[in-house]
Amino acid sequence: MLLQTCLFLLVLSNFCMLGTPRIRRMTGMTAIQGLLLTVLLCIFGHVMLAVAVLLIKGLLLPGLLWRTLKRLPAQALVCPRKVVPLDVLAGMGGLAFSFWLDGRLVMAHGLFPPMLLPLGLATLFCGLILIVGRIKAITQVIGYLVAENGIFLLGMPLMTTGTAWFELALLLDVFVAVFVMGIAINHISDSFASIDVARFRSLRD
Amino acid sequence: MSQSLVVYFVQLCLALLLAPLLPGIINRVKAIFAGRHGKPLLQTYYDLAKLLRKGEALSQTTTWVFTLAPAIALVATLCALALLPLGGSSSPLAFTGDFVLAAYLLALGRFATMLSALDTGSSFEGMGASREATFAALAEPVLFLTLMVLTSLSLNAGLDTEHALSLSALFGGQSADTWLGGKIELLLVPVVFFILLLVENCRIPVDDPNTHLELTMIHEVMVLDHSGPNLAIIVYGTALKLWFFAALIAGLMTPDLSPWPQAALRTGIVLLLSVLVGVTESVMARLRMQRVPALLGGAAAMSALALILSQMR
Amino acid sequence: MTLFLWTLCLLVAGASLCAILAVCPSVSATARAANLIGALGSATACLLGLVALVCSPWNASLSVHLPWGLPVGACALGLDALSRLFLLPVFGLGFVCAVSGGLSLRHERPEMHNFGAHWLFYFLLLLGLALVMTSRDAVLFMLAWELMSLAPFFLIDFNDGDSKVRDASWVYLTAAHLGAVALMAFFVLLWQTTGQTSLDNVGPALSQATPGLQAALFVLCVLGFGAKAGLAPLHIWLPEAHPAAPSHVSALLSGAMINAGLYGIVRSLGLLSQAGNAQEWWGWSLLFLGLGTGVMGILKATAQSNLKRLLAYSSVENMGLMTMGLGVGYIGHICGNGWIAVMGVSGALLHMCNHAAFKGLLFLCAGEVLHACGTVRMGQLGGVQKKMPLVGIAFAIGAASIACLPPCNGFAGELLIAFSLLDGPSLNGVERQMGLLVSFAGMACISGLAAALYAKAYGITFLGQPRSGFAVNAHPATWRTLWPLSLPAAVCLAGGLAAPAFFKLAVSAAHCALPLSDVLSAQGHNALRQAEHSLTVVSCVGCVGIALVVAILFIRKILLRGRRVKAVPTWSCGFQAASPRVQYTDAAFSEPMARIFGRAMGLKVDVHQDVQLFPQDGFLAIMAPDRLRTKLFTPLFQAVESLCNACKIMQHGKIHLYILYMLATVVGLLIWGLRV
Repeated sequence: MLLQTCLFLLVLSNFCMLGTPRIRRMTGMTAIQGLLLTVLLCIFGHVMLAVAVLLIKGLLLPGLLWRTLKRLPAQALVCPRKVVPLDVLAGMGGLAFSFWLDGRLVMAHGLFPPMLLPLGLATLFCGLILIVGRIKAITQVIGYLVAENGIFLLGMPLMTTGTAWFELALLLDVFVAVFVMGIAINHISDSFASIDVARFRSLRD
Repeated sequence: MSQSLVVYFVQLCLALLLAPLLPGIINRVKAIFAGRHGKPLLQTYYDLAKLLRKGEALSQTTTWVFTLAPAIALVATLCALALLPLGGSSSPLAFTGDFVLAAYLLALGRFATMLSALDTGSSFEGMGASREATFAALAEPVLFLTLMVLTSLSLNAGLDTEHALSLSALFGGQSADTWLGGKIELLLVPVVFFILLLVENCRIPVDDPNTHLELTMIHEVMVLDHSGPNLAIIVYGTALKLWFFAALIAGLMTPDLSPWPQAALRTGIVLLLSVLVGVTESVMARLRMQRVPALLGGAAAMSALALILSQMR
Repeated sequence: MTLFLWTLCLLVAGASLCAILAVCPSVSATARAANLIGALGSATACLLGLVALVCSPWNASLSVHLPWGLPVGACALGLDALSRLFLLPVFGLGFVCAVSGGLSLRHERPEMHNFGAHWLFYFLLLLGLALVMTSRDAVLFMLAWELMSLAPFFLIDFNDGDSKVRDASWVYLTAAHLGAVALMAFFVLLWQTTGQTSLDNVGPALSQATPGLQAALFVLCVLGFGAKAGLAPLHIWLPEAHPAAPSHVSALLSGAMINAGLYGIVRSLGLLSQAGNAQEWWGWSLLFLGLGTGVMGILKATAQSNLKRLLAYSSVENMGLMTMGLGVGYIGHICGNGWIAVMGVSGALLHMCNHAAFKGLLFLCAGEVLHACGTVRMGQLGGVQKKMPLVGIAFAIGAASIACLPPCNGFAGELLIAFSLLDGPSLNGVERQMGLLVSFAGMACISGLAAALYAKAYGITFLGQPRSGFAVNAHPATWRTLWPLSLPAAVCLAGGLAAPAFFKLAVSAAHCALPLSDVLSAQGHNALRQAEHSLTVVSCVGCVGIALVVAILFIRKILLRGRRVKAVPTWSCGFQAASPRVQYTDAAFSEPMARIFGRAMGLKVDVHQDVQLFPQDGFLAIMAPDRLRTKLFTPLFQAVESLCNACKIMQHGKIHLYILYMLATVVGLLIWGLRV
């Protein structure tokens, strides 16, 4: 029951991200997703890992994003509204598709608890949609984080103590990526006065 | 059988009698939030009594549409209300597909009101009619999506098609295991219904019922030119519509109890909902006109999410 | 059946009489004679046809073979429930439109038009329709189809002095013939596969056909019949032809002729699935084709400012709804769900009948408005209700019916289609369930927009104050010219208040269209009982509702007795200096919708603003051109034209080179012949 509730809240937070043009709210949602993942890990019994996830995904990464946001000008914090309905629709499509995929994939019985596989896939899709649909560099970081959350979720039931280290390494990977991105965005915003990915086109030959 | 009929009719009479109380409660809650004393709770009753004693001022531009429309709107709402299961007993009129009829009856009421607004030939009222038409057109798919969540739920629960497609099955009190059976996404359904209640009854954040003379209004502007008994019919019809939507939510939230406690619980929830509407109105600002479709889109997304999750798992 | 043959004879006789009058010199006496003979003759024939339909039992399957002079095909006619149901609007609306057309053509100048020819083609259209719905042989069917497709060309071209009307009729003719090409290919393929032309025997003989061939047959049938029914993207002739035609013709075309496309789809799907090899994707493609057509039609209709064009797009939308019903019916049939199958098909057929009634009524009302005011551009009308109260009432009834509002007939058909879509969760497989539920959400969207659309159509045209001289100087219309409108209006009300009776007719036709297996028909039987019960309660609620409205009005009257009822100018927040021009117009009314759906509506907004500090003049035009026509069909046809022009290089006028062509051909043939 608790598992189902957490998964549902995770999907809801995905759609909140897809449905809002405000980057500040999206950042808050990543923190919430980190929290939800922590709870899920506790349900699966990986308490140590849960603490690590809480620290990294729940506090460190959102904190970094938050720090970056504070340095950005106000107009950089809102995405264009026009893409929002399309993103939500695409997210619905992704959700329906992952349920369909869930029915088709042959998995060992009892490996995944119900709803985990489709919702993990849906989270992955939502992250990818965020990367594709929003043109700010920072939303791409957020999208990347969401996609990673999806993968993490899918890996959760497969974890044994040995693979937990692997997962932790993955987390660190993401952490480094975000760190690099954060620095890069700072530099981009210093030199271009905008973090619009679309403007990168001016860099081509 | 006879007991449930008695319960039903008591509830129906209660709805007809208490409906004008809801706007009073909302206004009182708003007044308390604003630190005022506020109008009496029974203000709508006083208004109705006053209006029924008056004559009428009819615009020279208007035709029979203007005179007929309030009556049609009221009767449509009444018939829709009569289809609802009230207090744990299904309506004697209940039939397969009655929720489609109820939704279209509400649409009929809106249609008549829009026409009566256009009949005055005033640009203000045309504005209201145009906005009402747009928002109603957007609200209709949301309503049906939400009802679809409930029908597919009862179809998947193994009910026959003919019984599943009826308001009495959807709102006749949910058994506890529906809510506790891990279908957490169903919590979205009352939320969507509440948004629909706000939209369909033209409350904040969609429309401000207090601003008669601003360019932001929807429902109040459509009835600017009505007066006397006709206005009384409209005011009463609006109150009944509010009760209808509140009763929908109440039907969703009440557990499957025995008739009399359920009846009491439902009435309580309806009154509580009007308090909630008052709180919402006090703590929120009215949305910009262009944002209302986004609100409805959000509601549609929520009910689609509930539909996908409950249908595909 | 004999009575039906007599009807056909009467139509032929009327046509030949009018043909004689058509070649007579055009003076007012011949015009009056043609008008009289045409209107009376076709009205009588239609009445006789209705009697023929009613006299034989509705479910009886009758057939007759007449002598036939051609080497292929046969003159086989048959009447079953499906044919009867589709003939009902043909004859019913044929009668109403004949009378109303006869009354309205009295005012036209005889030297401008050839009335004999007009009524000749009216007879031929009715004849063609009657034959299409009853022929049981492919050759006869194609001949009747051509007759039915050609006659409207001349009917639309009635005001041939106007170049727009000529253009519109050419668009119609092109569309009709491109559709006929697909149909020709369909029937030739059928003939080639089975070796027979009789439509009764073709079905079982198809069991040997390969899946590829069946798919080809299905696509050809949807293309050919879809072009007539106006399924997107083949709908582009409808919004051109309907506004150009005289209103009694557009009423008949929209209410009865485009149904022939639906009839064709129903019949040929029946044929193709008879051997038991129907494919599920047929149903799905029909469902989504219908959904797309419906959404496109209603959005385009919302963007229109010409009343008749709006009605034409709304016909497209309604055909979309019916196609959805058919599609979901076939899905239910193939997936083995009797409830979905029966509800879908009978809902589509019931909606077809209802659509004929209200669309005919609305087009005739639009015709009266055009006749009285001289325009149907809504932005110039307004306040017509005061001048023509009877037309206003009729239009209000039609608008409420087409918006599917409960006491009128439109609701019944939509309720049945909704039943079948709502039962989606009982199918197997999530994609099927979601497909049906998504379509239902689409249908809810369509019906929501339809209510807004008809509030606009009725409110802007008939209510408020006159916006221009056209509406101020409208001639009043009297009961004597308007009585034909009362018939479809009565059908609209009766179809809602006595829906179960109409439903029974549609159900027999649905059984005829889609023969179900025993298990399914047992399920279907239960479904029908439920649906009938539901419709009965709906009509009861409707009756009680009407009684309550009357009661409230009565109470209000009693309350107001002895009190003052002042007639005052519209208050509208005390702004008394308003002129009628500040009223909301059609474009203003649909502006909030255009903000949301502007791109889907294909709106083209042209703004010229003065940018100086004190702006002088501004200019704003909002148009809704059909993007499919301008972006798809026009370039396509231009490409074909330039290709044909490129071929003209062969035709240079040099005789000696033409002889060279012949020589080359003969030599080439000789070589080919010897090689083989």
